[in-house]
Amino acid sequence: MAQIGTAGNQGPDIRSDCYAALKIKKSGGINIILNSKVEALYKDSIRDLAQQILDFYKVENAELEIIDRGAISLILAARIEAAVKECRGSETEFLLDMIPENQHPTQKDHRRRSRLYLPGNSPKLMLNAGVHKPDAVILDLEDSVAPDKKFEARLVVRNSLRGLNFYGAERMVRINQLPAGLEDLEYVVPHYVNLILLPKCETADEVKTVDEKITQILAEVRLDHPVYIMPIIESALGVVNAYQIASASDRVAALAIGLEDYTADLGVQRTREGWESFYARNQLVNAAKAAGIQAIDSVFSDVADMEALREVVLESKSLGFVGMGCIHPRQIKVIHEAFAPTEAEINKAKKIVLAFDDATEKGLGVVSLGSKMIDPPVVKRALSTISNALEAGLILENWKEIDQ
Amino acid sequence: MAPKFVKNAVGRMIPEKINGKPVIPFQGVHKYITDGKRYAPPLPSSANYPEDGNKQVKDLKTALKKAGIKDGMTISTHHHFRNGDLIANQIFQAASEMGLKDLVWFPSASFPCHEPIINYLKDGTIHHIEGSMNGPLGRYASQGHMRGVGVLRSHGGRYQAVQDGEVVIDIAVIAAPTADPFGNANGLTGESACGLLGFALADSQYAHKVIVVTDNLVPFPCIPWQIQGNYVDYVVVVDQIGIPERIVSGTTQITRSPDRLFIAELTAKFCDEVGIIRNGFSFQAGAGGTSLAIGNYFGEIMREKGIKARFARGGSNQYLVDMLEEGLIDYILDGQTFDLAGVRSMRENPHHVNTSPFTSYNYHGKGNFAGIVDVVILGATEVDVNYNANVVTHSDGYLLHGIGGWQNCLFSKNVILPIPLFRDRIPIIRDEVTTICGPGEMIDVIVTERGIAINPLRKDLLEKTANSKLPIMTIEELKEEAERICGVPEPVKLGEKVIAAINWVDGTVIDVVYQVIE
Repeated sequence: MAQIGTAGNQGPDIRSDCYAALKIKKSGGINIILNSKVEALYKDSIRDLAQQILDFYKVENAELEIIDRGAISLILAARIEAAVKECRGSETEFLLDMIPENQHPTQKDHRRRSRLYLPGNSPKLMLNAGVHKPDAVILDLEDSVAPDKKFEARLVVRNSLRGLNFYGAERMVRINQLPAGLEDLEYVVPHYVNLILLPKCETADEVKTVDEKITQILAEVRLDHPVYIMPIIESALGVVNAYQIASASDRVAALAIGLEDYTADLGVQRTREGWESFYARNQLVNAAKAAGIQAIDSVFSDVADMEALREVVLESKSLGFVGMGCIHPRQIKVIHEAFAPTEAEINKAKKIVLAFDDATEKGLGVVSLGSKMIDPPVVKRALSTISNALEAGLILENWKEIDQ
Repeated sequence: MAPKFVKNAVGRMIPEKINGKPVIPFQGVHKYITDGKRYAPPLPSSANYPEDGNKQVKDLKTALKKAGIKDGMTISTHHHFRNGDLIANQIFQAASEMGLKDLVWFPSASFPCHEPIINYLKDGTIHHIEGSMNGPLGRYASQGHMRGVGVLRSHGGRYQAVQDGEVVIDIAVIAAPTADPFGNANGLTGESACGLLGFALADSQYAHKVIVVTDNLVPFPCIPWQIQGNYVDYVVVVDQIGIPERIVSGTTQITRSPDRLFIAELTAKFCDEVGIIRNGFSFQAGAGGTSLAIGNYFGEIMREKGIKARFARGGSNQYLVDMLEEGLIDYILDGQTFDLAGVRSMRENPHHVNTSPFTSYNYHGKGNFAGIVDVVILGATEVDVNYNANVVTHSDGYLLHGIGGWQNCLFSKNVILPIPLFRDRIPIIRDEVTTICGPGEMIDVIVTERGIAINPLRKDLLEKTANSKLPIMTIEELKEEAERICGVPEPVKLGEKVIAAINWVDGTVIDVVYQVIE
């Protein structure tokens, strides 16, 4: 094991993050050298936390340098722990409290219109992510994390899952491609992650492996909250196997497509019109629907062009997708608006919901509209359309009074 | 001898004397009424001035000598050249070369470009600064190095201090983008065009001696004469008075930060929902990225509703000018231009009007415009749970910003502070602010990304938002949320030495700033 461990980021542009460098020594006790932008307000609490972590890992003689640019405690803790582990390689984890807001399970058919990608080693972007009200956040351990930062990112992601309030957004983690991704699971499954994104998925076996690992970890830590899987199809082979992947496990709640890698696999350019991936997108939607799960579209990478994004989302919706990835918070609102129900959809849903209310009131087991019987899934969809319309501000809370 | 302190109306301890002069502690908003007469400079006679109207002298040093500069005098400058000013440093360099001591610099604001002034504080040329101390100067003062106590005033408060004689300007040096040999001057044309010269208006009228410095001399008459040559003693021509790209930016940019845009959008939604945005309303939004975005969202709402604003207060910039030209605003009443689009519009559009602190903010006027504005959007470094706000010091105690027009704008009908709940772990909402610049009774709404707090005094706004979907919270709830994320800040220990006074708009002292212990 190295006698020097470092973690975190430093530099003039770094904010809400810190850098920790630990030098293990033979004698001399603990020397904490703190250089913090927020020293005037937090120097005691930073020093106390650092000392607590060193005590926890029984580090008795060391020099710990912390260059802090306004990191909150859970980030400081992740950085210091990573620095210690680089020196010591301990298996035990230094865990801060888990906030109650982060212990909510989600449903398999949870609304997943938008999912905001957050690079796993960039705390600054995570802090306010929930404020923008995406349906989900993705703490990413895969492509947005440099290979040599993978380990420390796991600790940042773990601590964020426990302590950062995402204000109701479903909490997803994108793990690395297998097998590395299996080790990632150890750091996120015990901490109430709602959904695992499995990148570059090509076979049902990969899903099964992840499923088994999740089940095993949950049993070990004696938790039984639902942890869903969203495989991302990013290759020709994955597209061919889409249905097997979608139906490989009960945990699979949605199937997503990743078009950057898919078009690279085909050896073609990704175009605005998207004809090169038209087949794949149709195939993916069809496979997802056949397996009874959600189909989720790729990301749109031009963060400045909101009009083009809106067109893409409308097209995506027309193909049968129910959600898209976001790489910038400003995309969330546009995506929600474009996925919002149309006037015709709302009117139809209103009629169904009113008929449902009527049937409930009269104690009828069967809902009917005119001469047509309405199946429960249709009622459920109508209710979700109404809730989407309400959320988008397209109808008023008291629409029933107005409509009757 | 240790100075005696008295408690003022916002509970802050104020020394009885500052820089040897007696101090009137803040007594409450609209409580301090003075009588007496306006201060008047010595009466000039035109017989003492060249009959051909040519007041040119060869250089700045000569002008200062002719103006009778001597130890202890107060020298004023304006800040229309913002961070591109080249003249203030030259004045004190000349004064230092002449061996002068204990001058008082009375700028309408200072900028990081004025860092060399520290040299003249060190060598004794300058005793202290009465004006904003941004960046390096503020840091220097905070460290306790300035011999005298700094006095910070609002733009309106500066006019008040000049009018009632609290500050007597011995020599005003007015850098002017265009001037004629008689001293008529404006900011509309020339390499260093900055739009207007409103911040120098009081200086021109009340200083004992007035020097106009320009790098663009035109034959008489310089039209329009924003500064009238009849007040001017000497005219100096130099190669360059400012660095154009630092005076105004070529373009102004709306923030790209998603968090700030979010706050801006929330602010605009709030204003719309409580009925502030209606046909014929008026607003002031500053030049910061978030403020610009709010102006833009106001524009969207106005377009959608088919309404327009009667006037907007500037700081003007491209975005405000676009709204004026689109017909969304009848008039821009402008105190300073922030970009070239603002300068051009002021030059060409009669609906883009230059104003001064006298018309906008002055306490010793028969009213001013501040209270007529429906809504102002302002910033703050801290707000306390009683809505008192700080705009000059950071939570670590450093004096790093000036007051600007901030205090004066508080007189608007609706005062809204859109601010992030925390900045790099530093919570904005505190039990007590480090420095009180504005009393809580004047601050109506705090908009953060995590919730909106409405001052309980504004029952009308609370009622209007009672059933709103907007995230209305109490200020205590906002504070708790910030502390949950950031941790509870430790108390900051400051020194005992008073390094600056914060004046209220009427000349009373609302708070003082203490030395920082490093």
